Amino acid sequence: MYRYDDFDHDFVKARVAQFRDQVDRRLSGELSEDEFKPLRLMNGVYLQLHAYMLRVAIPYGTLNSQQMRMLGHIARKYDRGYGHFTTRQNIQFNWPKLIDIPQILEDLASVEMHAIQTSGNCIRNVTTDHFAGVARDEIADPRVYAEILRQWSTVHPEFIFLPRKFKIAITGASHDRAAIQVHDIGLQLKRNENGETGFAVHVGGGQGRTPMIAKLVRDFLPEQDLIAYVEAILRVYNLYGRRDNKYKARIKILVHETGIDELRRDIEKEFLRIRDGVLHLPKSDIDAINAAFALPAYADKPAHCAALEDARQTNKKFDRWVKTNITPHVHEGYAIVTVSLKPAGGPPGDATDGQLDLLADLAEKYSHDELRISHEQNVILPHLAKEDLKAVYDALAAHGLATANAGLVTDIIACPGLDYCALANARSIPIAQRLSESFVASGREEEIGELKIKISGCINACGHHHVGHIGILGVDRKGEEFYQITLGGSADEHTSIGDIVGPGFSTDEVVGAVEKIVDTYLGLRQSRDESFLQAWRRVGQQPFKEALYG
Amino acid sequence: MKIITANRLSDGVVVYLSADGWSVRISGAAVLNAPDAIEAGLATAKRAIANREVVDVNAIDITLDDNRSPVPVRLRERIRAFGPTVGYGEAALQRLVA
Repeated sequence: MYRYDDFDHDFVKARVAQFRDQVDRRLSGELSEDEFKPLRLMNGVYLQLHAYMLRVAIPYGTLNSQQMRMLGHIARKYDRGYGHFTTRQNIQFNWPKLIDIPQILEDLASVEMHAIQTSGNCIRNVTTDHFAGVARDEIADPRVYAEILRQWSTVHPEFIFLPRKFKIAITGASHDRAAIQVHDIGLQLKRNENGETGFAVHVGGGQGRTPMIAKLVRDFLPEQDLIAYVEAILRVYNLYGRRDNKYKARIKILVHETGIDELRRDIEKEFLRIRDGVLHLPKSDIDAINAAFALPAYADKPAHCAALEDARQTNKKFDRWVKTNITPHVHEGYAIVTVSLKPAGGPPGDATDGQLDLLADLAEKYSHDELRISHEQNVILPHLAKEDLKAVYDALAAHGLATANAGLVTDIIACPGLDYCALANARSIPIAQRLSESFVASGREEEIGELKIKISGCINACGHHHVGHIGILGVDRKGEEFYQITLGGSADEHTSIGDIVGPGFSTDEVVGAVEKIVDTYLGLRQSRDESFLQAWRRVGQQPFKEALYG
Repeated sequence: MKIITANRLSDGVVVYLSADGWSVRISGAAVLNAPDAIEAGLATAKRAIANREVVDVNAIDITLDDNRSPVPVRLRERIRAFGPTVGYGEAALQRLVA
């Protein structure tokens, strides 16, 4: 994986020193809260319901064991013994003291981590496929281009104060696991007819109060033009994006109001002007970053592992976990493991300091020292030899981390909601907990098959409810929590925004409503192979409406 | 009835204006009825902001429980006072694996 060079080290170290000084000046009264707030936000520090919250960047969701161990250390020393992985592949600590945060950032910097580009109206950390580099359906590793964009965007003087935040996602695979079409810019790696690597460029996607699917602005962008083209998009946005109304300031509104054709003309014009200048990416630069993401030196191993098959035969729980949580690896003797952070009744995405330490240990011992964080709030061990799967499973099981539900109905995305977040209108986590308890108790998870439930506690949609097969949005109705349900959303290569099924449900009613939706699906699907989403696309809302409202 | 709440600047902890300064316990909050008392409370809080003691000051509606202790009317403020409503960390994990 990419390691800091001298510039990176010096830059992050300087930023820590700056923030330490800013905190000192805030505490001494030299800076008012109004002056301090944009500075703390540039360093990932929010003030939430109960305390400050620190959001730490995990660029493109990749980290090593030393970094994971540092997250455990921070959870233990400065917080309350846990962290929360987010839908942007970051981690949040919910209880740090402001006076401790400069030291936390210094600790993070010692392992090449930071909290830059995790908040504020800047280009946020670029997100990618959590299986990057090892997915069988991949054209090229998207993290290479995410790192190139990071180097270009961090403290880019033109784009520090954008009209609003700006999110970029990249997928290198044909199956989109990075939700690129609901990002401000979505990049799909592809090859043209000459075998050259480039991108399909989508622009203007997003969720929030105005969900929109990104429009294709360019079908093929050669990789050497990546930065010039993205800079052209940002310049057009920076020039024309609205600053008078924060709810209309994202680029999706500009795309919608201007039209993609006119915007494309502006972008292409600026692109043509700058493409052969300093932003042109030399092949040697791409190759250098590529080398940083070279796959480990795998030992040759056969595709069939007798020890694995024997263990599956004798241990049903392990067999089920292998079925649900293992993804085929680009090397046949290896496997990708999804470590679910969604135990029945648990808060989605939370991990204790002990669990973070264990994951670090397992990565170091078995996964070539590498881990990933998925936007679905799980942890990935990307390089496991098949013969090691049982040992890893046993270690995970001993720490409450062997839940066999990746991609199933209980693998629920949920934002922190009103239990933590100052913006939320309703709680998300308790709904996720009750849903997972209910589906586990019914023993129907496997029978139901792939079904993505996503829950947000407010319209900002951090829980991605718009693109849930079943989406749940918490709202405040006259002081009471209510939950609006959408059906048919999806964040893959066939992205769709879910449709509201009808009037919302109270806290007491919402779990039963979701169960009824799932029962309806089971009753109308044509076979076990027809997923919830496929069935919904075939029959539409009506059967579900009838089941819910009569 | 209202009480004044804020977050402590140095560590972000939720605090309530009491007769003796800022209390981390809502039961210690000064209950303010008259508009003049609420204004005086907010003026005290503004001085605390200027003195770098607290940030994000609000006067919130409350009722009183059987022990005459304040209970916020809004769920958001009840969660600030008594929450989160969900378990976390090692204690929550142990309950799950038990």
